Amino acid sequence: MAERSFKAEVEHLRKGNGDVFTGEGILAITKALLENGVGYVGGYQGAPISHLMDVLADAEELMAELGVRFEANASEAAAAAMLAASVHYPIRGAVTFKGPVGVNVASDALANLSSSGVNGGALVIVGEDYGEGSSIMQERSHAFAMKSQFWMLDPRPNLPSITKAVKDGFELSEASNTPVMLMVRIRSCHVTGSFATKDNVPPPLTVKQAIANPQSDFNRVVLPPMSYMHEQDKIKNRWPAAEKFIVENQLNEHFGPKDAKIGIVVQGGMYNGLIRALQRLGLADLFGRTDVPIYCLNVTYPLVRDEFDAFCEGKDHILVVEEGQPEHIEQHLGSFLYKVGRRLKLYGKDLLPMAGEYTGQVMLDGVTGFLKAAAPEMLPGKVRAPNAEEPRIPDLSKTVPIRPPGFCTGCPERPIFAGMKLVEQELGKHQITGDIGCHLFGSLPPFEIGGATMGYGLGPASNAAFDGGGERRAISMLGDGGFWHNGLSSSIGNMVFNKSDNVVVIVDNYYSAATGGQDVLSSRAHNDTKATNNPISAALKGVGVEWIRQIDHTYDVGKVRDTLREALTTDFKGPKVIVASSECMLNKQRREKPIRNKAFKDGRRVDVPRFGVDSDVCTGDHACIRLSGCPSLSLKRLDDPLRDDPIAHIDQTCVGCGNCGEVADAAVLCPSFYRADVVHNPGGFETWRAGLRNRVISWLQARRDAKRLRLTGAPT
Amino acid sequence: MNLVLPQKSPDPRVGDIIKLAVMAVGGQGGGVLTGWIEALARAQGYACQATSVAGVAQRTGATIYYVEMAKKSELEPVFALAPAGGDVDVLIAAEMMEVGRAVMRGFVTPDRTTLIGSTHRALAVSEKMAPGDGIADADEVRAAAEIAAQKLILADMDGLAVAEGSVISSSLFGALAGSRALPFPREAFEDAIRASGKGVDASLRAFAAGYDAAQNSTEEPVAPEKPAAPELTGPDSEIARWKALSDRANALPGPVRQMAGNGLMKVVDFQDCAYGETYLDHLDRIVARDSADHDWLLSVTAAKYIANAMAYDDIIRVADLKTRAPRMARIQAEMGVKDGQLVEVTEFFHPRAEEIVSLLPATMGARWEASPKRMALMDRLFNKGRRLRTHSLRSFLMLHFLGGLKGYRLKTRRHQVEVAHLQQWLEASLAPLDDDYALSVELLRNRRLVKGYSDTHARSLTKFATVMNAAELLRGRKDAAEWMGRLREAALKDPDGKALEGAIQTVRSFV
Repeated sequence: MAERSFKAEVEHLRKGNGDVFTGEGILAITKALLENGVGYVGGYQGAPISHLMDVLADAEELMAELGVRFEANASEAAAAAMLAASVHYPIRGAVTFKGPVGVNVASDALANLSSSGVNGGALVIVGEDYGEGSSIMQERSHAFAMKSQFWMLDPRPNLPSITKAVKDGFELSEASNTPVMLMVRIRSCHVTGSFATKDNVPPPLTVKQAIANPQSDFNRVVLPPMSYMHEQDKIKNRWPAAEKFIVENQLNEHFGPKDAKIGIVVQGGMYNGLIRALQRLGLADLFGRTDVPIYCLNVTYPLVRDEFDAFCEGKDHILVVEEGQPEHIEQHLGSFLYKVGRRLKLYGKDLLPMAGEYTGQVMLDGVTGFLKAAAPEMLPGKVRAPNAEEPRIPDLSKTVPIRPPGFCTGCPERPIFAGMKLVEQELGKHQITGDIGCHLFGSLPPFEIGGATMGYGLGPASNAAFDGGGERRAISMLGDGGFWHNGLSSSIGNMVFNKSDNVVVIVDNYYSAATGGQDVLSSRAHNDTKATNNPISAALKGVGVEWIRQIDHTYDVGKVRDTLREALTTDFKGPKVIVASSECMLNKQRREKPIRNKAFKDGRRVDVPRFGVDSDVCTGDHACIRLSGCPSLSLKRLDDPLRDDPIAHIDQTCVGCGNCGEVADAAVLCPSFYRADVVHNPGGFETWRAGLRNRVISWLQARRDAKRLRLTGAPT
Repeated sequence: MNLVLPQKSPDPRVGDIIKLAVMAVGGQGGGVLTGWIEALARAQGYACQATSVAGVAQRTGATIYYVEMAKKSELEPVFALAPAGGDVDVLIAAEMMEVGRAVMRGFVTPDRTTLIGSTHRALAVSEKMAPGDGIADADEVRAAAEIAAQKLILADMDGLAVAEGSVISSSLFGALAGSRALPFPREAFEDAIRASGKGVDASLRAFAAGYDAAQNSTEEPVAPEKPAAPELTGPDSEIARWKALSDRANALPGPVRQMAGNGLMKVVDFQDCAYGETYLDHLDRIVARDSADHDWLLSVTAAKYIANAMAYDDIIRVADLKTRAPRMARIQAEMGVKDGQLVEVTEFFHPRAEEIVSLLPATMGARWEASPKRMALMDRLFNKGRRLRTHSLRSFLMLHFLGGLKGYRLKTRRHQVEVAHLQQWLEASLAPLDDDYALSVELLRNRRLVKGYSDTHARSLTKFATVMNAAELLRGRKDAAEWMGRLREAALKDPDGKALEGAIQTVRSFV
């Protein structure tokens, strides 16, 4: 079950004609899919479209009513491959994953799909993880459309435009027999707004009906000579058909006056940013009505030459607003201009930066630069001749610390890295590769364990060069998400086959945790529609791993350390895999809190653990923090003139995971930590016994205090 | 040259768009706050758009929520999806360094921004890791915020919320209402909380606290209640001895008096009055070589660090502290234990051979320490983690017994080692006194480097020795004291002493 539940919101998906939907972009997309008669949906989670997968999963019941099949695909490749159903059958299908990393994984299937061509509308909804808040390398998915010849939609970031793009995407796909990618940026996925809904439409042909009447056509198979024909078909038929559809249905939009000497070409997704810059320059009103002609590319691939040509008519200066690199669109438009021999001036990545997100300031600077060069008379006076002195604000860049993401309070992965760090202190530094997932935070301070990763499920594969062995074994990390995504074959299978002598630590936290806590094959939770509880260790045995150690409680730092030490020093030849399993604390808390609260109310005995630090025992060396980094383990300054350094302190957000005590023990740190178990609703005997103990203890304390001087009221 | 051309008059409604950003730390409930603001705006007849970033980038990291709103009209407004520098009307920062980040990123400008910030700190990992004091300077952030913001509201919003059994999103929402930055009445804000239907009462209380904090933001922050001044209590017979000691401390030169008083209490609490006398004897010898010329800085410094050195962290001290009556009361208060609930306390001890042997009588201990075979035996016998459940009598009695070994402490190997170390340090520190007063002060201050238990303690002693030894390199230089201070700061930067190594290299390069 995912971190965020959309059960309540899913009810909005039942809205029909005349209703208005208000909510997040992700939900709007789901609603639009249902309104457009989609027959099957699927995908693989990952920010920023994780919630789309969560919504689909939560809407499974509603979809079943409509006859729509939902598949939580094993990977992006599996998701894209599922669109094969639309090759032969006139069924609309949609899958979603993040871009460009998910598109990378899916590209094999996407290329095959694009070659075969589709009968039913095939829509790939890609959450482009670019700019602030992104967790991946900064690239564009655009190039995939260019190389495989599928079409790319980049709608304006508002709910009516995004939902219309879903409809347009299906129709364009069917009109041109080509899959269509609908790209939504990070903030567009989570943008809120409203749109007028229509009734949901059951698919005219369901997958169930289709399978009752199987079809095949060898002309669609990517084999010579058909593949050569596919390529010709793409260029001679599908592309012109797409252009025709785009023009006739006006998928691209024009704003502003028809006649002007200047114009701006913008990706749909960047439209709001452009309008804001124009608004700030006094050149657009609240509703985006502007004095500058805008050609808004809701379809960023293919570019329609005739449309662009018409837009350029009578203009002397054109600015292309295109985020990311390389500047595919600008190059393409430049070549159009050159070939028809136009002499107008084309601006783009000369005024706007080649790399990086187009933030508000970047846009403002870029558009101002363009207008300064092309139409200075349009700029307000203060821009042309700024005279106001701006106040000097002190530079805080040396004061404010960076705050990268990290392990949550009580995360079961923290003790794994604490154990690894202890082994490193004993045996020295090892070659370590990471993988995609929360465990990649282990590469950040305070642990700084692990190096590069080459992709999801590719941690151990990234160490393959060292499979031959050497003086020290290489270690690689792999999450349960990565393991089932790609790791079992590409990483573990690869190690077994190549007789690797290295070590793998599989972090099994019961979920695909980094993407929002979706279930995977080895999840422990019962799931009505998915088969869970398939142990990773069984899969390992199945592919031929012989040395497997299962740790069922990762908080046992000593055991993690000893097991890893054994893996690194054993005489056994062959891959050594440690499966370290404990439930993701974020999900565990969410699951257990209601149960615990109910137990409180029902008067049942509940034991709530939390950790504390004795401030007079702590010496303020912070060694514990260097083996933890837990948000609830922080520092406190004492009001004591004799002490210089702040001491460790645990705040009330502690969930009592046990890492502090284990680390203090395993690393032989200090006796400052204690665990306090508050027993709610204790039993009668327990209370009696505690009273007795307290009386004895108090008597002993009083007896000693009667004989000595002691400090009271000392700062704590 | 273009001035003759008519200027476009900008749409005044563009200026009426309210742009609000929330900068939070992942997990603080920024999404809930944003949801309330959105619901509020829509209920008040505004068109509103919110954006956020979810996912792994958010886990405990810095994150931004962004809201724009404008009066509803015939058409849909075009809103931006992310805040732009110099173009934010309301900035809510849910932590003090996020206040700083907001200012740093240019989201807070004097012409327009109402800045609502929480002064509490959620320390970043980089601040917590340093073996010394790596906590960022909040005053710098406050000073910058005062310049950058048009209107500034700073209060401990987290504390206010927690006190009401709620979370920071509620108190921040209250502060937003109290700031009057949005054109909506207080009731409308409260309705938004009510409509959300979860933990409404606690949220409303925290909301009210935040509202009041914003309304009274011009007032000086009330200083937190001072904890009771430390004092010594005990049986009358002992108190009489203590009086004499304390009189002796009070006779010290003015500036030294207070620190010596604190130090004296610490060592007497650690051992007894006789031990306090030894402390004052040490101090007297230093006072005798000091004068008012330097404001008695040497003596004040010595008063502080000699006390710390004498009250070393041995098993007896830890066992004593863990079994004192006020400790249990403190734990009960900290854990919020209510009547009818029980507390069970588990301690985490991991004594090594070194700690056990250090408890032996001095001569015997020294002999054992010198024998690797015996140490290995001790390790086999004792070196393992011990979880003591001090609410149970068995464990309590054991610690209580250990904590009562004060009478024997001065005969232990540990005491012998500590006394020798103290002597050595004092001698080394005072050696340059006649030529370089400041260097002597710095050398005394190096005692700050000694801390931690077991391995950490051993490493800290190595660092301490390295820094102390650098005095030989520096002696005779005009800036010797300055460099000694720098070396100490470097030693406190990282656990492995990398910064210290670099600093020593630098010193070597110029001596």
